[in-house]
Amino acid sequence: MDWQEIVSRALARDIRAVSRLISIVEDRRSGFENAYAAIYPHTGRAHVIGITGPPGSGKSTLVDKMAAEYRGRGKTVGIVAVDPTSPFTGGALLGDRLRMQRHSLDDGVFIRSMGTRGHLGGVSRATSGVVDVLDAAGYDYVLIETVGVGQSEVEIASLADTVALVQVPGLGDDIQVIKAGVMEIGDVFVVNKKDRPGVERVVAEIRMALDLAGNASGRVRAYSGHHGPTAASAAGAVATTEVTPWRPPILQTMAESGEGVAEVCDMCDVHMCRLTEDGTLVERRLRRAKSETMQIASDLIWRGLADDPRTLEAAEGLARKVAQREMDPYVAGRSLRELIVN
Amino acid sequence: MDEGRKIRVLVAKPGLDGHDRGAKVVARALRDAGMEVIYTGLRQTPEQIVAAAIQEDVDVVAMSILSGAHNYLFPRVMQLLRERGVDDVLVVGGGIIPDEDIPGLKECGIAEVFTPGASTADTVKFIRENIKR
Amino acid sequence: MNQGDLSGEYGRWKSGPYAKTCARFPERKERFEGSSGIEVKPLYTPLDVEQVDYVNDLGFPGEYPYNRGVQPTMYRGRFWTMRQYAGFATAEESNRRYKYLLEQGQTGLSVAFDLPTQIGYDSDHELSAGEVGKVGVAIDSLADMETLFDGIPLDKVSTSMTINAPASMLLAMYIAVAEKQGVFANKLNGTIQNDILKEYAARGTYIFPPKPSMRLITNIFEYCSTAVPRWNTISISGYHIREAGATAVQEVAFTLADGIAYVKAAVDAGLDVDDFGPRLSFFFNAHNDLLEEVAKFRAARRLWARIMRDRFGAKDPKSMQLRFHTQTAGCTLTAQQPDNNIVRVTLQALAAVLGGTQSLHTNSRDEALALPSQDSVRIALRTQQIIAYESGVADTIDPLAVSYYIEALTDEIERAAADYIRRIDEIGGAPAAIERGFIQAEIEESAYRYQMEIESGDRTIVGLNDFQIEEDRPSGLLKVDPAVGDLQCRKLAQLRAERDNAAVEASLAALEHAASGSDNLMPYILDAVRAYATLGEMCGVLRGVFGEYKPTVAY
Repeated sequence: MDWQEIVSRALARDIRAVSRLISIVEDRRSGFENAYAAIYPHTGRAHVIGITGPPGSGKSTLVDKMAAEYRGRGKTVGIVAVDPTSPFTGGALLGDRLRMQRHSLDDGVFIRSMGTRGHLGGVSRATSGVVDVLDAAGYDYVLIETVGVGQSEVEIASLADTVALVQVPGLGDDIQVIKAGVMEIGDVFVVNKKDRPGVERVVAEIRMALDLAGNASGRVRAYSGHHGPTAASAAGAVATTEVTPWRPPILQTMAESGEGVAEVCDMCDVHMCRLTEDGTLVERRLRRAKSETMQIASDLIWRGLADDPRTLEAAEGLARKVAQREMDPYVAGRSLRELIVN
Repeated sequence: MDEGRKIRVLVAKPGLDGHDRGAKVVARALRDAGMEVIYTGLRQTPEQIVAAAIQEDVDVVAMSILSGAHNYLFPRVMQLLRERGVDDVLVVGGGIIPDEDIPGLKECGIAEVFTPGASTADTVKFIRENIKR
Repeated sequence: MNQGDLSGEYGRWKSGPYAKTCARFPERKERFEGSSGIEVKPLYTPLDVEQVDYVNDLGFPGEYPYNRGVQPTMYRGRFWTMRQYAGFATAEESNRRYKYLLEQGQTGLSVAFDLPTQIGYDSDHELSAGEVGKVGVAIDSLADMETLFDGIPLDKVSTSMTINAPASMLLAMYIAVAEKQGVFANKLNGTIQNDILKEYAARGTYIFPPKPSMRLITNIFEYCSTAVPRWNTISISGYHIREAGATAVQEVAFTLADGIAYVKAAVDAGLDVDDFGPRLSFFFNAHNDLLEEVAKFRAARRLWARIMRDRFGAKDPKSMQLRFHTQTAGCTLTAQQPDNNIVRVTLQALAAVLGGTQSLHTNSRDEALALPSQDSVRIALRTQQIIAYESGVADTIDPLAVSYYIEALTDEIERAAADYIRRIDEIGGAPAAIERGFIQAEIEESAYRYQMEIESGDRTIVGLNDFQIEEDRPSGLLKVDPAVGDLQCRKLAQLRAERDNAAVEASLAALEHAASGSDNLMPYILDAVRAYATLGEMCGVLRGVFGEYKPTVAY
């Protein structure tokens, strides 16, 4: 199959073609730029939800149940499960699929596992490509699942329209919530395994951190998974407070039994409505497009230069001087830039 | 070879057999050899295995079975792959599989069977030398 | 010579003759270790056992802490039960094999069930395709159970059934078969494995989630304590954990941690520890390192006695006695030069006997190739008989005791296992540790290390990575007739046509109702069994109420 055929089949949601197209884009195989150009106009329709949290928080189970919930509502779901690649061997054990395998025979769910390394341009570029393929293929939702303990994971999550941060009581990770960058990206907070002791404390800590982050103009409403508002009433509430920033709800779930999952799905939908209505979605996507474009340009420039033997030679010479303390790295860097520009 | 392109392997446990020591050891060895390994978990039907193999666009499907049901389950997986037009995946098996069953399995498309005593190094080597790209 | 002198003498020897010889002829390895990473020293002396107090730490056979044996006369009174695990394909064939083994001198029966039976599916279920009768006998209903034990007097034999998730139902079937023979339940002797925690951690034949599974287990404890008082209601298993790759220390630690969880569940459900404590039994592995295995068994006995007395306040000595069945380690057997396996099994069986096992299964030489042939099974049984009758090791109790190495190692294993148990307690007990994946991760780590040792040559497996030969393919292996699946399906169709389906419906409805409540389910299961409800039907009902266990841990 050549790339044109793959693209046209993928756009019709042929599973094999979607899968092959993902590989082409993720690996940047020959022809990928053409393929990407062909599918890109079809992107922008899916609701992309990032689900991130520490290991053991039950993310995969939550994603599995969310997929089931959305399917029950007649929607189609693409899932991208990202797991760490070993920095030593370059290999990866991708185990998230195991928790979702029951969906494997459902044509309305597509699950793809990927590792975090070995991607030109970084993992978030590669993940973005995979998400775009699923988006273009017509899946209503694309769920990205990552382990939220590192900077790249935060970057991946920021690909999403809605970010759900998952925490569990008792892992001793309550401080995880406060980690730099993480709080700011959360649109929905989920405290999973709510039957464990310490759940109230986690909720309180999140609330406090949100207050500090100024996300709530002084007040944050916490929704319990049991008696949360319906999507309708929440949407109604949103309509009357158009100028108030989004207050991330704090939901409690027992993903294993499914308790509270419907409310998580509802809140994600509500969030999307809000983004669309108040123009934030457009803003976010613009911001992301700009950052992607600049990043790609910067990658291309750098790669072109790094491959040029003249640059390499000059860099070698400068590096020697730096190593021998004849020159400091800033001076060396500026010299190299001068050489390149001229 | 395309830069950064990894070998992707689906490690699967077909049927009801619950012994996963071998599958997990092999999965880890493949990871240590730089491959991306997707483990399906236990109790996979042939349909589930093939669906996962397609979605993950794997280069290799490695099935482990110790219950004696390989003569039914392995050919079924091969048949489903054929029906879906998947002809570029290397399929290998391992576990408790009597020597006399191996020719039959190879005939239906299993490229190699790794029986007790086979080393993970052999498996890695075989995969590297035989993937269809 | 007093200890001070001994210390000096030991130092003299170590830095003198020993060091000199090492300098000229270095030892085979830099460091010698057992399976658990415990260093094996060149020599053990009284210095290594200074802290051992004979009366308190070793004691006497049949007395707390049971280090030297749970029973005062041990094998001088009666040999261990020679109990070979068997069963395959159809109930008729299995029945013939049992009669053969009983004639050959085996003293107890051990039933292996096929995977669909172990996982609560009838032979005609979609997931049973290709699996019926493969790893054991297919039992779909009481009718199959009647065939299995046809002509075998259940008041004269003791039967061990390797069944876990649907143990309640197979036990009910056994009771019903006995009823038809005119044997009352209170005369029945035997065991059901019934250890669900290790299924989640290492063996994989679970059905329901942990909470309802624990309920079923405590229901069985309660029911049997009055109705089937001679029955061993659980065989808390380390065998499979070891087979999955655990070390000796981990085998003890995780098994006893599981035991603690069961005792706790039963006590929390309102039972008195001494009501069911005497009927708890264990199942361990007998692995290659003979001396480490002996120390392991002794450590397990002492540790469990302490746990039952001090942690759970047991008063009945029988509650503190760790009685166990042993199976030789299947994972150590090779497909290469299979006759070598007879030697391996002999050494492993010897370890189990020197360790004081109550019953023993010896593997057959063709273990790594297929289910065992009749000849292979006979040799495996003879191995036990030769140890019993010809080797003399059964003529005195706990003969390796007070060996400096054995006592030092027993102490070390007990200490290391207790340490693991403490960590598991911190996580919240075995069920929580399994949910977190802690136990599975430890096992996988050990398994991986073991495999890498073999591949690097650090660990020699004779015939496999050293001393290989060119060999022909072995012949005479057992093959399960694939038509068994069809036969079983036909039997099911016939059963459904001939039984009183209204009675079945009613009993299943009653079971479903009871499952949603908190009644003891055994009477309801017995009713359904007697009406010839199938295993799949009964488990289907419970799946509906309890749900199915979904493993969540990959790595």
